[in-house]
Amino acid sequence: MIGDLDILVLAGGLSYERDVSLRSGRRVLDALRGAGLGATLRDADATLLPYLQADPPAAVVIALHGATGEDGSLRGVLDLCGVPYVGCDARASRLAWDKPSAKSMLRERGIRTPDWVALPHDRFSELGAVAVLDRIVDRLGLPLMVKPAQGGSGLGAAVVRDAAALPAAMVGCFAYDSTALVERYVPGTDVAVSVVDLGDGPQALPAVEIVPRDGVYDYAARYTAGLTTWHTPARLPSPAAAKVASAALAAHAALGLRDLSRVDLIVDGSGEPWVLGVNVSPGMTETSLLPLAVQAAGWDIGKMLATLVGRAAARVGA
Amino acid sequence: MTGTTQDDYTDRYARRVRGMTTSEIRALFAVASRPEVVSLAGGSPYIAALPLDAVGDMLGRLASEHGATSLQYGIGQGTVELRERICEVMSLSGIEGASPDDVVVTVGGQQALDLIARLFLDPGDVVLAEGPTYVGALGVFQAAQAQVHHVAMDADGLIPEALSAAIAATDGRAKFLYTIPTYQNPAGVTLSAARREEVLDICERAGLLIVEDDPYGMLSFSGDAPLPLRARRREGVFYVSTFSKTFAPGLRVGWVLAPHAVREKLVMASEASILCPSGFAQGAVTQYLSTMPWREQVKIYREIYRERRDALLEALQDLMPTGTSWTRPEGGLFVWTTLPDGLDSKAMMPRAIAARVAYVPGTGFYADGTGRQNMRLNFSFSSPERLREGVRRLAGVMEQDLAMRAVFGADVGAAPHRRRGPAAADAPGPDLA
Repeated sequence: MIGDLDILVLAGGLSYERDVSLRSGRRVLDALRGAGLGATLRDADATLLPYLQADPPAAVVIALHGATGEDGSLRGVLDLCGVPYVGCDARASRLAWDKPSAKSMLRERGIRTPDWVALPHDRFSELGAVAVLDRIVDRLGLPLMVKPAQGGSGLGAAVVRDAAALPAAMVGCFAYDSTALVERYVPGTDVAVSVVDLGDGPQALPAVEIVPRDGVYDYAARYTAGLTTWHTPARLPSPAAAKVASAALAAHAALGLRDLSRVDLIVDGSGEPWVLGVNVSPGMTETSLLPLAVQAAGWDIGKMLATLVGRAAARVGA
Repeated sequence: MTGTTQDDYTDRYARRVRGMTTSEIRALFAVASRPEVVSLAGGSPYIAALPLDAVGDMLGRLASEHGATSLQYGIGQGTVELRERICEVMSLSGIEGASPDDVVVTVGGQQALDLIARLFLDPGDVVLAEGPTYVGALGVFQAAQAQVHHVAMDADGLIPEALSAAIAATDGRAKFLYTIPTYQNPAGVTLSAARREEVLDICERAGLLIVEDDPYGMLSFSGDAPLPLRARRREGVFYVSTFSKTFAPGLRVGWVLAPHAVREKLVMASEASILCPSGFAQGAVTQYLSTMPWREQVKIYREIYRERRDALLEALQDLMPTGTSWTRPEGGLFVWTTLPDGLDSKAMMPRAIAARVAYVPGTGFYADGTGRQNMRLNFSFSSPERLREGVRRLAGVMEQDLAMRAVFGADVGAAPHRRRGPAAADAPGPDLA
């Protein structure tokens, strides 16, 4: 029985998103316990592997954000330990985590994503920053979105509306990652679609529309209640809403994801969705997008997680 | 369906709450609590050096033998036994003849600052403070909706000419000077004896009160610290101190020494705020001061911190990139570092966290957003070996950042920061070691 399962929630880690992860983890723990499951919360630290060996849980819920939770490495270690977990496997996680790789795959599968270039900082020192930045602006135009190739929570990201501001944005981005993704900025409505598979195939939950009070969805706007208004479902005309849902499902499938994911998109002025990125370990905090979508769908997040945990536990040895 | 902000109270908060947001820097400090990270960011004393078993026995007796009083409500001013002990402690620092009646026991020095702000600051009032200054004081003054004007320091502390100029510039709106004259947090510098007299004279002439914050005065590494301002002048100086650095910050016991009339109002304000300070914590400090060799313990702290200060300074000398400079504290817990031109301590934080080292960006210690070229390094908590390793990591981060800025042009300055929250948003919470 599911009620007898011993679930391990992993949160914390050493990434920039440790604080967010600890909040997500606490909420996941409460939701699982609220659904009647026995659950424990742990950090992913040097005590984890001995713990897994001594007292293997029925399944793991990964509430780690940033590299540990999302780059596939921890999932690979859990595979080595034979411990099942909610969410996609190591390979898919690695693909989704690296935004340039994910965008390439999406484009290959015919899913619209803004034009981009990904450049490690070494390339700028070899070729000369001015020359490379000029080419980027020529090719992609302005405004531009600059963000770390790997990372989340808006850390190190900036909109660049003036070419003169590009070098500073690059330096800000390289503080967080050695490779920058520079993307054509698509003006429009920011939405996030959570995709959940409870056993009947992936299902798109109602899109959440994001309206930051100060116009920028940065770290503070994401995690300070009151700074952003979220509309669920998004205030989109029904044809656009349908396109958004199908783009999200297509992205989830294209990247080989499993159980749950969150797809971030922009809906442009003509109602067309552009996929910006996919998150395999979506935030679960009070101000996170997936819990808002689950609520709007009329689901209970504890029951949803319990179902996903049951599915994961059934995969053991599979 | 209308949207949600996940905060139904947005329109109802008081004005002073505006700007209280989460911050990226605060998020990065969350990582610094992991043991993999060498934290030079905290301000914690090295509690492991306390005789914890003996302290434990003492606390047990405090409950079993004195529980009827130590676990009961007490008077707002604090127990007379502790206030007598506090006067003895102050006399060791050179403040002679203070009356226990003029002492108010507070919840750490922090509550003393808060009470003083409640008594003296109206919204829009000006407070003069060293630049940089203690982030917790900035938080108190901000909550009082006061403006902080910073006064420059050099290696001898507050510059008297700068103080005179700041007083003149504020046009009589300045209510008091907030100063940490000895082993200053964060700068690590000490106001020289000669300047102490000058500062007192300037403030007296201008009719400006002085709030003297002295948490570190006993932690001197060579000889005694210069006499506190309050030891030199009884009038116009409120003296604040704490047992957080000499005994245990977890007990949250501090005090303020103020003239009688002010003391009465401080007690009323404190009662309105907290009723009374913790009887158990007061009892613990009283017992510690009466029954344990606390002065020997302070000497132990001095020795440990001096060794660590030396290790940190030596590592900085050996490893920091050219163009970096730092203060040489004669006591206390902190070294203040100035980075080479073009580096930005706040923008560099993510790279430092990735390299598993943490510090506090200088912006945490200014009310006006300056301090980007500075960082505060703590040496009280980590071993000499860990301090050197931390500096080694930090030097690597700075070299990388210098290279990056060379590639993108020396004039890129800081990455655009769209928000400037309160200074506290750039400093860690009190729990970070």
